[in-house]
Amino acid sequence: MDALVLSRLQFAANMTFHILFPAITIGLGWALLLFRWRWLKTKDSAWLTAYRFWTQVFAISFGLGVVSGLTMSFQFGTNWPGFMERVGNIAGPLLGYEVLTAFFLEASFLGVMLFGQSRVSERVHLAATFLVAIGTTISAFWILALNSWMQTPQGYEIINGEFYARSWLQIIFNPSFPFRLVHMLLASSLTVCFLLAGVSAWQILRRRANASTGRVFRTAVTAAAIIIPIQIFVGDLHGLNTLEYQPQKIAAIEGIWHTEHDVPLLLFAMPNERAQTNKYAFGIPDGSSLILTHSLHGEVRGLDQFPNAHPPVAPLFWAFRIMVGTAMLMLAASWLAVWLLRKLAPEDLPRPLLRLFAAMSFAGWLATVAGWYVTEVGRQPFIVYGLLRISEIQARVPASHVAVTLVAYLAIYLFLILAYIGVIRYLAEKPAADEAPLIGAVGADGSTLEVRT
Amino acid sequence: MTFDHVTLDHFLPVIFMSLMGFAMLVYVILDGYDLGVGLLLPRASDDEKDMMISSIGPFWDANETWLVLGVGILLIAFPKAYGVVLTALYLPVTAMLCGLILRGVAFEFRVKGKAHHKQLWNHAFFGGSLLASMAQGWMLGRYITGLAPDTAFLVFAALVALALPAAYVLLGASWLILKTEGALQIKALHWARMAWPAVAVGMLLISLATPWVSVTVRERWFTLPAFFVLLPIPLSTVAALFELAFCLRGERSASHASHIPIMLSAYIMMMGFFGLAYSIYPFVVMDRITLWQAAAAPASLKFILVGVAVTVPMIGAYTIFAYRTFSGKATKLHYG
Ligand code: HDD
Ligand code: HEM
Ligand code: HEM
Repeated sequence: MDALVLSRLQFAANMTFHILFPAITIGLGWALLLFRWRWLKTKDSAWLTAYRFWTQVFAISFGLGVVSGLTMSFQFGTNWPGFMERVGNIAGPLLGYEVLTAFFLEASFLGVMLFGQSRVSERVHLAATFLVAIGTTISAFWILALNSWMQTPQGYEIINGEFYARSWLQIIFNPSFPFRLVHMLLASSLTVCFLLAGVSAWQILRRRANASTGRVFRTAVTAAAIIIPIQIFVGDLHGLNTLEYQPQKIAAIEGIWHTEHDVPLLLFAMPNERAQTNKYAFGIPDGSSLILTHSLHGEVRGLDQFPNAHPPVAPLFWAFRIMVGTAMLMLAASWLAVWLLRKLAPEDLPRPLLRLFAAMSFAGWLATVAGWYVTEVGRQPFIVYGLLRISEIQARVPASHVAVTLVAYLAIYLFLILAYIGVIRYLAEKPAADEAPLIGAVGADGSTLEVRT
Repeated sequence: MTFDHVTLDHFLPVIFMSLMGFAMLVYVILDGYDLGVGLLLPRASDDEKDMMISSIGPFWDANETWLVLGVGILLIAFPKAYGVVLTALYLPVTAMLCGLILRGVAFEFRVKGKAHHKQLWNHAFFGGSLLASMAQGWMLGRYITGLAPDTAFLVFAALVALALPAAYVLLGASWLILKTEGALQIKALHWARMAWPAVAVGMLLISLATPWVSVTVRERWFTLPAFFVLLPIPLSTVAALFELAFCLRGERSASHASHIPIMLSAYIMMMGFFGLAYSIYPFVVMDRITLWQAAAAPASLKFILVGVAVTVPMIGAYTIFAYRTFSGKATKLHYG
């Protein structure tokens, strides 16, 4: 394999690993704020138990998010030096604002939020929790502004092959940005809802539930039931926006090879790039025309209109169906659970349903990563859509170096994902401590030691 | 560079170069002490390990963010140098990142995972700290010599790869003198004393080697008016080193003035940094790319400068807030 392919694989691997943790922390920050605030209002200690348990999960996720994010900030230089040389005038400031406005905010107040409850007043602690949550969200704002600009660029001019900013407002608020931001924030909320519900269901199944477990489960499932229809609606709007600005991406998602009327909505097919057809196609007649043009007979542009400039079809086709399929499953599970919870306590829900939720603990990851693959692979063969091809920004490192480091990263990532899931499971099965979990302790005189883990 | 061209556009890259230097200096001092604590971990008993980690718990994440800012400014303000530098340092960058990943996660996992895995995570914390600090030293050595591939330069880089961890150990031990008391503090004094000669020798060798490997550096230091103007840098560094050695001798004096060693260590790092900065300016890549050649478009720099002006004072304020919240001796650290 050549250095370019390896660099792409490596970038994709690092990005996939990174996004797993922000996907959790963006939503979980707000959930913690909710638990914290409920406790302040009701003085019901179950909320404090929930807050303390999930704070630990937050801390691990945040730690992983920080170290993998650090990797990301070097990746543009190690893997795509040409990218920064051409687009640096635009990408640089957007990344810079993320560091300045978000990273320091969250990193500085994280310590106070995690360990400072006894050192600052209730109000200050609540404020610190809020600042961490808002920090993660501001992070998403800037990075998605950049990513969206790469998808639907505007507000720039090109002089001698280099990009220059003309209007920062246009660059930040580019056409796909609002949709992508909202869709991603909702994705993160859903990821967290299913994580909260899944771990709680697991605790109930394992008879490890405490006073807070049912409450967390109910809160998470209810929130999921409300958010998922909104997400589906926003996803549809996002798709329509993409149809307008990146029609070949949609053609690939839907597996439409030729421009036609009355296009069916394919549920299953094996897209074949060489023959330019789908095998074993099975779908809803006129479905695509209806969704994309809001008319049964509408014309949809096919891949034949974009010679040499369309993305690979099969990965997009499948990744999109994984995302939407997960969404449908989320809809069914959360609505069924909310319906049953009218009469039943979470502990009394049918065990198969609890098992389904436990199995779906990381369903949000699946949908999020699949969605990102649709977005990123769908931008191929461009790195800045329509303007800069990936082949123009060649990596300059020998393939062997990229291969070695790729293997190192993959080994570390695999190990860490397993460790992460293992630790969450271990924490979930441990009986809840009544007091705050210690991370390491020494008596004030440095002599007596107690360590509780 | 004639002076009739002096405009804001001309100064923008200089401003960002200073800012990048500032971020890197803060990074080396702040993450330096927590990497140093990681390097010292195997020398402590199990209970002391918990205490040492507690002392850096609330800070390490923000400390690392300075590195993100430093490399971020390289990316924002000098996009052309960013590619050149990171391509040339591809392998050590990866090694550093792997090290930082390992120690960052070990910090979280060692207390949350199963008790019998704790030892494993302690090893990961030490190993990650070692890998990261040696890789940083190597990169610093390569960077000072303009990333040129001569054997002599590689030996020089290897030297720095050993000296920087020693400096981090000194910072880490000084931090522990400040944040702990009793038996651990006395151990920390001992560790600082051990690191001292390595740091002194390392600084001496680097000061001698830098002018030797680079003609530019030689010319900048050893021409006449400059030499005398610059003399306070090496002289005060030497003075600080001896003052530090004196402080570390008496156990009692350290427990009364436990903030002195960390201040002196930080001062020594700062002087080393100023010396290097003077040697390198105005290059972003030594003898190859000046900061004006590598700079991003003025419009982009102005846009981000607004953000810098607003946020850097705020960042300073909440860094101070965090350190004040956790001031005093490190104690029980628990969630909630
Ligand atoms: C929990 C996560 C999740 C769920 C349930 C969904 N999505 Fe999604 N989707 C994402 C998480 C996500 C994402 C990871 O956040 C992406 C990648 C980039 C982005 O903006 O959002 C994404 C991208 C993305 C795109 C690509 C846009 C582009 O690249 O131009 C489309 C068209 C949709 N989504 C549409 C949908 C539809 C119609 C859904 C439901 C029926 C849906 N998504 C559910
Ligand atoms: C929001 C910030 C993001 C930015 C700025 C960004 C930028 C990039 C860049 C520069 C490339 C390399 C060029 C290319 O191959 O087209 C790329 C490729 C890729 N990214 Fe992203 N990305 C972002 C988010 C993500 C996320 C969250 C994921 C996955 C979960 C992801 C998955 C991928 C994949 C799979 C590729 C490889 C596509 C291919 O080469 O075929 N990206 N992205
Ligand atoms: C190429 C793209 C990216 C780069 C260069 C990048 C860089 C980073 C860095 C350096 C950190 C650590 C911050 C710290 O020190 O506190 C970080 C954390 C974070 N990133 Fe990214 N990131 C990228 C993509 C993304 C994407 C796609 C998202 C989400 C939409 C995201 C959201 C976050 C969040 C919320 C954090 C906070 C830490 C955490 O929650 O785990 N980033 N990122």
